[in-house]
Amino acid sequence: MKESEIIALKSLALKVRENIIGMSTEGGCFTGASLSCTDLFVYLYKNFLNVNPTNLTDPNRDYLFLSKGHDVPALYGLYAEIGFIEKSRLQNHLTTDDSIYWHPNRNIPGVEFHSGSLGHLPSVAMGVALDCRLKNQTNKIVVVTGDGELNEGSVWEAALVAAAYKLDNLILVVDRNYFQANMATEELIPLEPLKQKFEAFGWNVQEIDGHDFNQLEEAFDLKNFGNGKPSMVIAQTVRGKGLPSIEKRADRWFCNFSADEVKALLGELHDNKPAELVSETLVVR
Amino acid sequence: MNYEQLITEMAERDERFVIMTAENRALLRNIPKNDKISNRFFDTGITEQTMIGTAAGLALRGRTPIVHALAAFLTMRAFEFIRTDVGIANLPVKLTGFIPGFLSDGNGATHQAIEDISILRGIPGMEVFAPADEEDMLIMLPQIWNSKAPSYVRANIAKPVVSHSKDFTIGKAEVIAKGSDITFLVYGMLFPHVVEAKSILEKQGLSVGLVNMRSLKPVDEQVILDSVANSEVVIAVEDHFKIGGLYTIIAEVLLKHQKTGNVRSFSLGEKWFKPGRLTDVLNYEGFTGTKLSERALALLETPVIKS
Repeated sequence: MKESEIIALKSLALKVRENIIGMSTEGGCFTGASLSCTDLFVYLYKNFLNVNPTNLTDPNRDYLFLSKGHDVPALYGLYAEIGFIEKSRLQNHLTTDDSIYWHPNRNIPGVEFHSGSLGHLPSVAMGVALDCRLKNQTNKIVVVTGDGELNEGSVWEAALVAAAYKLDNLILVVDRNYFQANMATEELIPLEPLKQKFEAFGWNVQEIDGHDFNQLEEAFDLKNFGNGKPSMVIAQTVRGKGLPSIEKRADRWFCNFSADEVKALLGELHDNKPAELVSETLVVR
Repeated sequence: MNYEQLITEMAERDERFVIMTAENRALLRNIPKNDKISNRFFDTGITEQTMIGTAAGLALRGRTPIVHALAAFLTMRAFEFIRTDVGIANLPVKLTGFIPGFLSDGNGATHQAIEDISILRGIPGMEVFAPADEEDMLIMLPQIWNSKAPSYVRANIAKPVVSHSKDFTIGKAEVIAKGSDITFLVYGMLFPHVVEAKSILEKQGLSVGLVNMRSLKPVDEQVILDSVANSEVVIAVEDHFKIGGLYTIIAEVLLKHQKTGNVRSFSLGEKWFKPGRLTDVLNYEGFTGTKLSERALALLETPVIKS
């Protein structure tokens, strides 16, 4: 990828992260999980998916299903920057005047389906993929799950069925940040070796650094998908990416910062000056 | 005409219909071999949740999936998928539950869907139906499947003992007879047994009403109000727990209209039924025509408490 293009994507990702931090107050949101998949969303919407504010009802558009619904601040944070929604609407977070709350819903343009209950959208996406294939369409169906979400049996059911139906228009992306809610995945229900597990289920699996735009470009090349198998991309990410003071911390899944902390975190995002945080660390939900 | 012929005919005519099953093909034996519609037939294996999620995805694309599984697993194993993916999005996914209620006969409590009406009707927008027999079901299904609402149907392929009115409307019951002593309100497979009970009681000189409820949500409120107003005793007969089924629906309707009445419940109370051969089960649990008539007579002999 050209250096100028990488700079542009990084600059967009920075704005999305600012938006996420901005929503992490006055009630808060799932900050840690949102920061881990920011670069992934930026890449997918800018460089991979054929979906934009003008084709949201076109049956030939590409679909992105956000199954790990709690990282929706990353999605809305991006939507506000690329014209899906007015940026001012982010100010409505958690007000009943709008529909911007902790999990995605279809009142927000771009959201293909509501989520929040984990392990649902792999099968919903499968239904869309089946219909696209019935209609001989070549659009791509991407579903993003968390890694903790892979605890849900319904994900594995869907993995079996997608392979049985040879759904090679389906791409499952795992935001592999190694944390689930308030625990490290490998300390609770270990997922490794994840790649081999899905390969054994009959999927094409790639494993990449989910913050590296060059690796994202290499992975999301159409030649990597197809051949009668569903595909999985394991995006290795860092919970809280961009804010070293909360990175890789089990207790910074959900964050509700004070106004001063938000200011300090925005500073940290831009110039790496560590923010001093005093708000409650572990918010168990 | 049977269930499979109807679904085949409707699917051949209308591309919106897709037919799905969680490896329950009892009513769908020939569809995989039918070239016109086999590409719209999806058997997801023994995965009720995945089938429902997939059906929601197909419905998002404008399809009307008709999905099949044993009633207990369809409504309970996949309940949260039905509620969350179909219910919240209000998608036209059509659920057909096989062997509901007593029809699970010898399987045991694991397979007994006797809370299905209660839990499904709790989902906003979900419509719930229980045909009396195969003929009744075939009269009802075209409207149910053509509607935009999600729905649940208790499948019933019993041969009819009476001919049903072709005039079906969602939310309307079929009044078989009006009676001033007893009126039975019944749905599903118990219908023919109540027909038999009615005839036994009539031979003893009683005036007996009978209503085939057909549509439990929306329910025919007027039929309930009329039955309660015109009959000494109204009996809700159901192969369902007492909570949340027809007896509860009647209570809700009466309260809504600020009425009361002498309404009794012949249900499974709060217990799973004793499994066995269907005829043995019905006899054991008191739901044969003879047993139902005896229980009704006993009720009439019990003084009504009036305040």
